[in-house]
Amino acid sequence: MNKVVPAHNIGSYVPMIDGPEKVSGRAKYTADILQPGMLAGRIYRSPCSHGEIVAVDVSEALKVPGVMAVVTGADCDKTFGVLPVARSEHPLARDKVRYRGEPVAAVAAVDDNTAREAIRLIKLTVRELPAYYTAKDALAPDATLLHEKKPGNIERDVLFELGSTAQGFAEADLVREGTYNCAEVCQNQMEMHAAVAEYDAVRDRMTVHASTQVPYYVHLMLSQILDMEMSRIRVIKPHVGGGFGCRTETLNIELIAALLARKVNGTVRIVTTREETFITHRGRPETDIKLKIGMRKDGRITAVECDCDQRGGAHSGYGIVTILYSGSMLYAIYDLHNVKYLGKRVLTNTPPCGAFRGHGTVDIRFAFESLIDQMAAELGLDPFAVRRANLLKAPTFTDNDLMVNSYGLPECLDWVEKESAWKKRKGILGKGKGLGMACSHYISGASKPVNWTGEPHATVKIKLDFDGSIVVLSGAADIGQGSTTILAQTVAEVLGLDLARVRVVTGDSEVVPKDNGSYSSRVTFMVGNAALEAARNLKAVLVNAAARKLEARPEDIECLGEIYRAGAQDKGATFDEVVTEALKDTGTITVTGNYSTIPESHGGKKYRGAAIGGTMGYSYSAQVVEVSVDEETGVVTVDKVWVAHDCGRALNRLTVEGQVQGSVWMGMGQAMSEEAAYHEGLMVTANMLDYRVPTIQDSPPIEVGIIESNDPHGPFGAKEAGEGSLAAFLPGLTNAIADAIGVRFNDLPVTPDRVFEAIAKYKRTLEKSPKKNGGA
Amino acid sequence: MARLLECRLNGRDRTDAVADNILLLDYLREKAGLTGTKTGCDGGECGACTVLVDDRATLSCLTLAATVHGKRVDTIESLGVDGQLSAVQRGFHEKLGSQCGYCTPGFIMASAGLLRKNPNPTDVEILEALGSNICRCTGYVKIIEAVKFAVMLNAQGVPP
Repeated sequence: MNKVVPAHNIGSYVPMIDGPEKVSGRAKYTADILQPGMLAGRIYRSPCSHGEIVAVDVSEALKVPGVMAVVTGADCDKTFGVLPVARSEHPLARDKVRYRGEPVAAVAAVDDNTAREAIRLIKLTVRELPAYYTAKDALAPDATLLHEKKPGNIERDVLFELGSTAQGFAEADLVREGTYNCAEVCQNQMEMHAAVAEYDAVRDRMTVHASTQVPYYVHLMLSQILDMEMSRIRVIKPHVGGGFGCRTETLNIELIAALLARKVNGTVRIVTTREETFITHRGRPETDIKLKIGMRKDGRITAVECDCDQRGGAHSGYGIVTILYSGSMLYAIYDLHNVKYLGKRVLTNTPPCGAFRGHGTVDIRFAFESLIDQMAAELGLDPFAVRRANLLKAPTFTDNDLMVNSYGLPECLDWVEKESAWKKRKGILGKGKGLGMACSHYISGASKPVNWTGEPHATVKIKLDFDGSIVVLSGAADIGQGSTTILAQTVAEVLGLDLARVRVVTGDSEVVPKDNGSYSSRVTFMVGNAALEAARNLKAVLVNAAARKLEARPEDIECLGEIYRAGAQDKGATFDEVVTEALKDTGTITVTGNYSTIPESHGGKKYRGAAIGGTMGYSYSAQVVEVSVDEETGVVTVDKVWVAHDCGRALNRLTVEGQVQGSVWMGMGQAMSEEAAYHEGLMVTANMLDYRVPTIQDSPPIEVGIIESNDPHGPFGAKEAGEGSLAAFLPGLTNAIADAIGVRFNDLPVTPDRVFEAIAKYKRTLEKSPKKNGGA
Repeated sequence: MARLLECRLNGRDRTDAVADNILLLDYLREKAGLTGTKTGCDGGECGACTVLVDDRATLSCLTLAATVHGKRVDTIESLGVDGQLSAVQRGFHEKLGSQCGYCTPGFIMASAGLLRKNPNPTDVEILEALGSNICRCTGYVKIIEAVKFAVMLNAQGVPP
C-alpha cells in the first residue's frame, strides 16, 4: 500500500489560484462588464477650486439626443465618508465646490461619446472664494473656511507627550533637528476606477459592481446615499486591478453610478479616465515634518519631538486616521520614551487624500530614519549600531500602549548587513557610489475596525456538499495581493488536502459573509485566523463522521487528507466516503470560523490619539540600498536593494516575495520620481508620463530575505507582508545618496534636477569655506 | 463614416462595419467582446492595451481599427495551445509576474512579441521590449523572472 500523507502547502512557493484567469484575459474587471442596454455615465467636474454654487445649468445637456438622465447635487442631500465621525462629502457637490475636479453633475447616455458631449454643455456658475493649495496658506489666521464646522481649516490636530522630552533632551549627548517635505503621491493603480450600477425598479433593488477594496463600505454608503435599506442592495466586487489604499474608501464614482441607475431605472457604467483616477486618488498627503531627536554617545535615543502637517485636501476622507497613525507609529519599532507629537491634518482646496500603502507611517519614517542616520555619522557610529542600540524586547507594550509580541527586526538587520556585505563594502565603493540602510514597520490590521458593531473582526464560512469540493466563502477582497490564495492554502493545509479540492468564493454580498475589507494589511492575519478556525471546525465534523464509519473513537482518528483512518494498520476511509457519512447528519455541511482581536491589542485610552496603531502583530523590515549618482547629470541609479521582512511566517513564499518587492519598488517611486503637482489647484501631473512611475528599465534587482519570528497570534505564526517594507526604502535611498556624495536630501522626490542643484550648491560651499577660514 | 474592416483576429477571419475613428482597443473590447485587452490610461502611457499586429507589439489605444485591415491581430485570448497555457502565460502565472493582473495582458503580449522574433533575448533586450509597459504591483523583478522562465519553456518547445 502506498504511503498516504497529508498534502502541505504552507511555507512553499504557491502560484496564485486565480492566476490562470489573469494570464489568459478571462479575469473580468468592472470595466469588462458589458450588458445589453447598458448606459454610459460621465461626470462633470468643477473647474473652480473653491466657490459657492450659484447654479448648475444642465438644460442644454438634457437636449442632446441619447442623453437619458442628468443628476446633480440636488438629487442627493446625503453625505458619505469612510469614518463615521467625518462624513462631510456629497457624491455631487451641493452649495459649494472645494477642489478642481470635484463632481458636480453626471450624465447617463446611450454611449460614451454622447455622454461626453452632454458634459461639455453643462454650465456651473459659482461665486468664487479664496482657495488654498498648501497647508500653510489654509492655516493662515484669516483664511476662509472650507467647512463651516472646521475652524482654522484643521480637520484634526493631535498633541501628546509621553514621558518628558525636556528631561530626555537634557540626557542627550547630541540633539539635532531636521525639516522634511514629502510630496503628495498617488496610488495610481493600473485599473482605472469603474462602477456598474443596475437598478431593478420593479423590486426596488440596487446591484453595484465596484472596483473596491471594501465591498462592505460600498454597501453601507450606498444605503446611506440612496436612502435604501441595506437588504435591497447587493455589492459585487469583480477582479480588482490594484488599490494600494485608494479603494478602501467608497468613492464618489460608485455612488454617482447608482444615483444615475436609479434615475434611469436601468444599468449605468462609469469608467473614469486616467486623469479622473488621479483626481480621485485618496493618496498620501504632502507632509511637512519638523523632527528633533536626542541621542546618547552610544546611539541610544533619549527624546523625540515631532511636528507633522499634512495637506489633506478638500474633505476628511481617512485624514483623521492618517494624522493619528503618524504619531502613534513613531512607536513599536524602537524602544522610545519621552516622545512629543504635534500633528495637524489640514483642509485645502486640492483633491482629498486618504490611505496609501503604509498609511500614515511612511513620511514620518523617512524623517526619523534620515535624522538618526545623520546623527550616527556625527557620533561616529555605524548606522546598524544605532538601530541595534534602540531595539525593543518582545513581548512588550510601548509607552503608548501598543502590544508587540513578535519582533524580528534584529534578524532583519543581521540579514541585510550580511547579504549586502555592508561591513566589507561600506565606504569603499568609489566616487559617486554609496550604501544606505533604514528600517520600517507596519500593522497587521487595525485591531479596532472603523465601523465597530461588536461582531467578530472576521468571519469565514466553509461549505462541503455531495461533490466533495471544499467551498470557502469569504468577503475578503482580493485586489491582486493574493488573499484568495492564502485562504485556500489555509483551509487546504488544515484538512491535508490538495489545493485543487478547494474553491474560494468572494466578492458578492448576496453569497459571502461580511468582511471589513482589504486595508491596513488585515486579511492574512484576521481573515486567515477565521479561515483557520473554520477549517478546524470542518475537520472536527469529518473526524466524527470517520469515527462512526470506522467504528472508532474520534480521538483515535488520523486525518491524512484524502484518507481518514483509525491507527496505522487501518485501511481507513477515503475523503469522499467520510463526506458521504458526514452528510447523513445534516445534509450540506456549513461551518463557520470567527476571529476577534484581543482587548490588549486595542491600546489604552490613556492619551488622546496616542494608541491608534493598535494591532495584533507588527511586521518589521530592514533595507540596504546601493546607489550610483552621476554628478554631471544628477541622475541617481539604484543598483540593488537588499530587504529583509519579518512577516512572522511566510504562508506563501512566492507571494510574500512579490509583496515585499512591490512595496520596496513603490517606495522607490515615491522617493525618486513620483509627485502630484498642482497649478492653482489643477493637477498637472494627472497622467502616467508626468506622474513618473518607474519603468522596468529604471528598476533595480530587489533581493528578499524572509524573516520568520513566528507570531503567537498569527495564523501559523504569520503577520503582514504587503506594506511594511515600503517606508524603509525612502530613507534607505537618501542615506545611500548621502554616503555617495555627501549631500543629504530632506525633500522628496529626489529628482535629477534637485540632485544637480544640490551638488552645485555643495561644491560652491566647499569652494567658499577655505576662503572664509582664511584659506591656504 | 464607417467602413468594412476585414482582419484575421486570433486566427479567425472576420468582417465588421467599423467607424473610421474607432480605436483598435475599443473595437476589440466593445465590438469583438475581447475584454482581455485592457485600457489603463488616456493614451499611450502604460502599455496595458498591447496586442500583436502581424506579430509586432502594438498599442491598440493609439491604433485606428481601420489600419489593421488585411492584417493579423492577436490578443491575449489567442495564446495557449490545446487548452494549455503558453510559455509566457506560464511564466507570468508560475513566477508571479502577475499580481492584480490588470497590466498582465499587455506585458504578456509584449513578451510574446519579443519571443516570436527573438527566442533568445538578452537581459537588455527583455528590458527594452517591456520598457513601455507599466506595472504597479510587482516592482518588475518577478516579471523579468517570468520572461526568462518563458524563454526556457519556449526552448523546450512550448509556444510563446
